[in-house]
Amino acid sequence: MKSKKRSRLGETWHRLKKNKAAVIGLVVVIIVLLVAIFAPLLAPYPYDQQDLSNVYAKPSREHLLGTDKFGRDNLSRLIWGSRNSLIMGLGCVALGTLFGITVGSIAGYFGGRVDIVIMRIMDVFSCVPMLLMCVVIAAILGPSIQNAILAIAISTTPSCARLIRANILTVRDKEFVEAAKAIDAKSPHIILRHILPNAIAPTIVATTMNIGNSIISGATLSFIGLGAQPPLAEWGAMLSEGRNYMRQHMELVLYPGICIMITVLAFNLLGDGLRDALDPRLKN
Amino acid sequence: MAPLLEVQHLKKYFKTNRGMLHAVDDVSFTLDAGKTLGVVGESGCGKSTLGRTILHLTDATDGKILFEGRDITYPTRRELSQLRQNMQIIFQDPYSSLNPRMSVSETIMEPLKLSKKYSKAEIIERTKELMATVGLAERFWNTYPHELDGGRRQRIGIARALALGPKFIVCDEPVSALDVSIQAQILNLMLDLQEERNLTYIFITHDLSVVKYISDEIMVMYLGQVVEKAPSHELFRNTLHPYSKALLSAIPIPKVDAQRELIPMKGEVTSPINPRPGCRFTARCPYVEEKCHEPQVLEEIMPNHFVSCCRCREINEISETVKGRN
Amino acid sequence: MESNVLLEVKDLKVEYHTDETVVHAVNGVSLTLREGETLGLVGETGAGKTTIARTILGILPKPQGHVTQGEIIFEGRNLLELSEKEMRKIRGGKIAMIFQDPMTALNPIERVGDQITEAIRLHNKISHAEAVLRSMDMLEMVGIPKERYPEFPHQFSGGMKQRVVIAMALACNPKLLLADEPTTALDVTIQAQVLALMRDLTKRLGTSVILITHDLGVVASTCQSVAVAYAGEIVEYGTVYHIFNNPLHPYTKGLFDSLPDLDVSKKRLKPIRGMMPDPTNLPEGCTFCERCDYAMEICARKKPAVYEPEQGHTVRCFLAERRVTDGAFAGSAASEKVL
Repeated sequence: MKSKKRSRLGETWHRLKKNKAAVIGLVVVIIVLLVAIFAPLLAPYPYDQQDLSNVYAKPSREHLLGTDKFGRDNLSRLIWGSRNSLIMGLGCVALGTLFGITVGSIAGYFGGRVDIVIMRIMDVFSCVPMLLMCVVIAAILGPSIQNAILAIAISTTPSCARLIRANILTVRDKEFVEAAKAIDAKSPHIILRHILPNAIAPTIVATTMNIGNSIISGATLSFIGLGAQPPLAEWGAMLSEGRNYMRQHMELVLYPGICIMITVLAFNLLGDGLRDALDPRLKN
Repeated sequence: MAPLLEVQHLKKYFKTNRGMLHAVDDVSFTLDAGKTLGVVGESGCGKSTLGRTILHLTDATDGKILFEGRDITYPTRRELSQLRQNMQIIFQDPYSSLNPRMSVSETIMEPLKLSKKYSKAEIIERTKELMATVGLAERFWNTYPHELDGGRRQRIGIARALALGPKFIVCDEPVSALDVSIQAQILNLMLDLQEERNLTYIFITHDLSVVKYISDEIMVMYLGQVVEKAPSHELFRNTLHPYSKALLSAIPIPKVDAQRELIPMKGEVTSPINPRPGCRFTARCPYVEEKCHEPQVLEEIMPNHFVSCCRCREINEISETVKGRN
Repeated sequence: MESNVLLEVKDLKVEYHTDETVVHAVNGVSLTLREGETLGLVGETGAGKTTIARTILGILPKPQGHVTQGEIIFEGRNLLELSEKEMRKIRGGKIAMIFQDPMTALNPIERVGDQITEAIRLHNKISHAEAVLRSMDMLEMVGIPKERYPEFPHQFSGGMKQRVVIAMALACNPKLLLADEPTTALDVTIQAQVLALMRDLTKRLGTSVILITHDLGVVASTCQSVAVAYAGEIVEYGTVYHIFNNPLHPYTKGLFDSLPDLDVSKKRLKPIRGMMPDPTNLPEGCTFCERCDYAMEICARKKPAVYEPEQGHTVRCFLAERRVTDGAFAGSAASEKVL
């Protein structure tokens, strides 16, 4: 029978396809990713090319979306900006998830004192607001995109760790883990082969949702000057630069704002759809 | 010939915030190669914990376990690895005892790969043999558990347990979750395997009719203690302990007009946490007396028939102690 | 003396529609239940027993569940034609259902006594105080001291929780009780007590019961009539004496042969080979044909009709057409074997 032959991945994909919103989200995400990857080819101008004789230009053939206060092409800055914004968003999530999985797995699998100590440390970290953490790290290491990514990653680690730990606790007591012990599997093998693959599904969804948040966090940091440094193009930084001239030149705030909104919405729709597609309960 | 497995005064206690939970309390038995010991009891009697403790899936609190004459109660890492080749387990729930992300072949191959004793080709060959042995068609090689029914999943569990060629298998309610017609198929398979490979089983179940069918000797447990132990037929012909009698009377028989008189047990099961000394069945036993609150001894009342009840002889009107070989 | 017919299910067909396939869960089931009678609906997983019960109560999962054919006549009315509002009045009041898992049937944050009281007030216009008194009576009736009224479910053991569930179900004195594997999750000794309680209460209150179970022992001890379900059909139906002393359908016989016997020592069990057919892809002829030792050529081609070899004992099997009534099929060796 055709449906029986489909693998797990195939089934998930099939369910995802049926969710219109998720598909739209996926398409937009792919578009944004492509734009970011091919930025050098797509952008008509370099992001930092100034033209002080042509500031605040209206949309024209040379500058499809006009120019900003330094005469830089808005469209090019948006396109280049997608790269940095995505780097921040994806970088933070990747790093944060990596930290979270490592920390959460150890805490969840070994339990006992190890668990208590680790989770209390996580509690301490989650008490520190992300902005504060960034300011501190920026003060020590200097403001830059990389440091901002590190700061955001650290601030998202506790929630990721907690999520993974909870899943691991559920999986750890399943009989197939005991069965693995009975056939003489050692702890690392059990964690990597049995526990993690089964605990990770909810994390995939949470991670995808987190991308949206991270993009906003990155934008926030750039907004207050701690993330992408000028003249780098990044949507949050562009928002910040346009802030003072909002009344007269609304478009400088609108363009990057809309980009952030569409991208975050797309990731969230995709994440929602993934969660539904991965949920085995929807299988009759 | 020395017995394959000998368990002496085995205890397993768990620490809870309400006190010490006596899951397994002073259990002793011997088991010869090729035989089956049935362990019967209701929930909370400790039968599953007993199986897991013998297999070192959890550490014993006290007592001794001897395998082929050697003391294996606290094995070293290497000894444990060696042991795991010889002692295996089949679980009750065919749904949760298999990793949902591993295919049939991967699940069966895993123990072979971990043992590092076989080449890749040998592993594949052995896996094919095992699948054939347990009646799983080769077309299921890449199938995942969620695509199969309970009976087939249980066969995977059996194949996995057999992979390393063990001498002894703990079967923890292996057929309880299966439909009646599939149950019969699996039970027959297990008996066939036992004959072919001279396997020794500890068969844990709550189903008295199944345990009678498959066991040579039966041990009845209640709240961590052994209350009666006898050869299979003898236990049913001559049920001596009040709990065993109550248990037997409660089984619904698939025959009309053949229902036994239900022997009532008062109240509910008492807690295994910080239990009082003496017989644990006192709260519910219809024959309870003062002396029942003293520690009970597992006594040989009839040849090879052991009972832990100080009033056993009176209740059953047995006049003298009959001794038999141990 | 024969009592009145309370429930009549006529040729019921139920399907589940998923995105990919159609599951034929119930395929032409007919049952009759009299007042005060306990009918055992026996079968293995996937036979359709729970679906039948759910359909009677009108709680098929939407939007997947569809009744494509049949009638369910209860007290003269066809339940399938009633509106949801009318069904709500019947549910809990005239027809009650208890499920297998007592853990999930009770609300963990509501007191046990209040849950019974709530059930009573939903179907009776009486004061709260009056309902509480009745609720306490119900608790006593199921063997729980009424002082335990204000306790929470987690303070009760599995057996006691199931008693509470029974109390809730019987609180409004329903005419029909649907019990879906009510004792499967309980220990054997507790099961015996709960079954005894059910027998006693339903006899006292005159409740009719459809007891769904896979355990033939439970059927023998508790039921007066039996319907054997297989792949969405009732393959054999009769009194408990008919089914246990003279099973005619090969599946029923096979079930008995698969059971280890406490009294007689068997050398080897005789399991039924193969598995129940896929409900999304049912075979053309008899659903049991593939697994049947007595299958004939006609069995694969045509569906057997329902035959009545003895009064009150019906079988869906071509072999019954030959009116074999002497116990097992010794001597009725199939003329042409298939498969």
